[in-house]
Amino acid sequence: MTTLVKPRTLFIGLGLLCLLAIWLSLALGPVSLPLLDTMRAALRLAGVPLPAAGLEQAEMILGQIRLPRTLLGLAVGGVLALSGVAMQGLFRNPLADPGLVGVSSGAALGAAVAIVGGAAFGGLPDAWGPYLLSVCAFLGGLGVTALVYRLGRRNGQTNVAIMLLAGIALTALASSAVGLFTYLADDGTLRTLTFWNLGSLNGASYARLWPLLLVTVAVALWLPRRAKALNALLLGESEASHLGIDVEGLKRELVFCTALGVGAAVAAAGMIGFVGLVVPHLVRLLAGPDHRVLLPASVLAGASLLLFADLIARLALAPAELPIGIVTAFLGAPFFLYLLLRGRT
Amino acid sequence: MLCAQSLQIRRGQKTVLDGIDLDLEPGQILGVLGPNGAGKSTLLGALSGELQPAAGQVWLDQRPLADWRGAERAQRLAVLPQTSTLDFAFRVEEVVGMGRLPHQTGQVRDDEIITAALQAADAFHLAGRSYLALSGGERQRVHLARVLAQLWPGESGQTLLLDEPTSMLDPLHQHTTLQAIRAFADRGAAVLIILHDLNLAARYCDRILLLEQGRPHALDSPDVVLRPEPLKAVFGLEVLVQAHPERGHPLIIAR
Repeated sequence: MTTLVKPRTLFIGLGLLCLLAIWLSLALGPVSLPLLDTMRAALRLAGVPLPAAGLEQAEMILGQIRLPRTLLGLAVGGVLALSGVAMQGLFRNPLADPGLVGVSSGAALGAAVAIVGGAAFGGLPDAWGPYLLSVCAFLGGLGVTALVYRLGRRNGQTNVAIMLLAGIALTALASSAVGLFTYLADDGTLRTLTFWNLGSLNGASYARLWPLLLVTVAVALWLPRRAKALNALLLGESEASHLGIDVEGLKRELVFCTALGVGAAVAAAGMIGFVGLVVPHLVRLLAGPDHRVLLPASVLAGASLLLFADLIARLALAPAELPIGIVTAFLGAPFFLYLLLRGRT
Repeated sequence: MLCAQSLQIRRGQKTVLDGIDLDLEPGQILGVLGPNGAGKSTLLGALSGELQPAAGQVWLDQRPLADWRGAERAQRLAVLPQTSTLDFAFRVEEVVGMGRLPHQTGQVRDDEIITAALQAADAFHLAGRSYLALSGGERQRVHLARVLAQLWPGESGQTLLLDEPTSMLDPLHQHTTLQAIRAFADRGAAVLIILHDLNLAARYCDRILLLEQGRPHALDSPDVVLRPEPLKAVFGLEVLVQAHPERGHPLIIAR
């Protein structure tokens, strides 16, 4: 671990990677645009006064479809990676996943209630059906996480070991409830439910994007303020409190940020696994465990990774589209195994 | 300065610590001795605010310990637990640097202090290495350097609580570590240290608290406490006590 990348180099590298991912994500798709046109159209959309000649189509595709999708990918990837860092800090274990506190399974349950329940009441109006789905998923994630947190509380203290076990139990419970809804669902509803569970950036719209963007920016600004406290927390809870950290407050903030972040991400794009687990790990391999570097670098790395995964999802079977959850799991699971086995030698 | 008044700690219905009256004097090392389960670590937990007393009170500078805000308290009171679980590959100087968290002294001063604390704990040669690559004893010295850095340079009004800081160290480092702690106390800090080695306690401590089943059996200078009768009563161990041929402090030999 002596050959770590310097933070400066890391941020420049990840920044360039992220810009490349944005550029490709804007340019490639069913209708691929020339890279230069993409850049000029993007600059025009950003308000740079360039001549509009020949850019009308590019500008329309970008503005209507690709830009919201790219922003969605950036926000989902960034906030999932941040939540991963927060959970790995909370559980003081580099193999912890944002799903551990029940937020993903809670969101899945909320979505199942919305999809199957909506269909049972004769189908939701197209206009606000998707929003209801997002709201239900978000509330489901928040609700189950709040319950897990509550179960871990005892005598004014939060026991993270009990939280972990409560998270596993409630995840199983929520999964069985989702299974029940799946059993009750008709064919059309089942298809919606299945695809939602696999995650997708498809159908991104600005209206569904804003809440997630707000949450992502808030979490991305808030967590780095706790970087030093997170470092100390890795020593142990009592050690951190002897260093003057308000450990109970910190744990509450970490759970809240994760519930908010993952809840909003899942609500906007469905279940996308392995990003929150793998990205912080990857950044730690490159730059070490210091949260002052880890948190901002994970945002950039998570955002880039998700855009690249989305590109694969869009292009692998074009013109058909793979659910992005399949891509992240397909790439993430072997990588995770590699990390596990690598540690043994 | 840290002091405890008629402190009592309970776990469930069981009283695990009772009747503790203790003043930690500036510049002095107080050794805590006692058999396994006598309540040594419980005492440390109570004095550090981790355990709530069922009766009695712990005071830090004439204020109840619980009334102190986190960072203010951490500038005056540092605690080294028996074992630490750190599973992340921080570099040694980053671990020690965490001791500077309660202070806002700036990077330059912090780096000087980290260097000084690492040297005091005889761990300066480990700088730059990953914490996870260290042996148990090396980790223990790094954590000692961390709590020394937290109070560095150590002055009157500051208190250091150490739970068996030498448990994993080789004989040489047991002495260098206690010499470093002695030097730290000589600059004015009050130190409480839990030890198992009677001879280390005899050599480095100013006073010794002998605990027996959660109650103080004796609290006095090593010459008074480390005699065959109290040691037989508390540990059930038959010992000979002689004067150290060169230094004069008690030398305890099991019979």
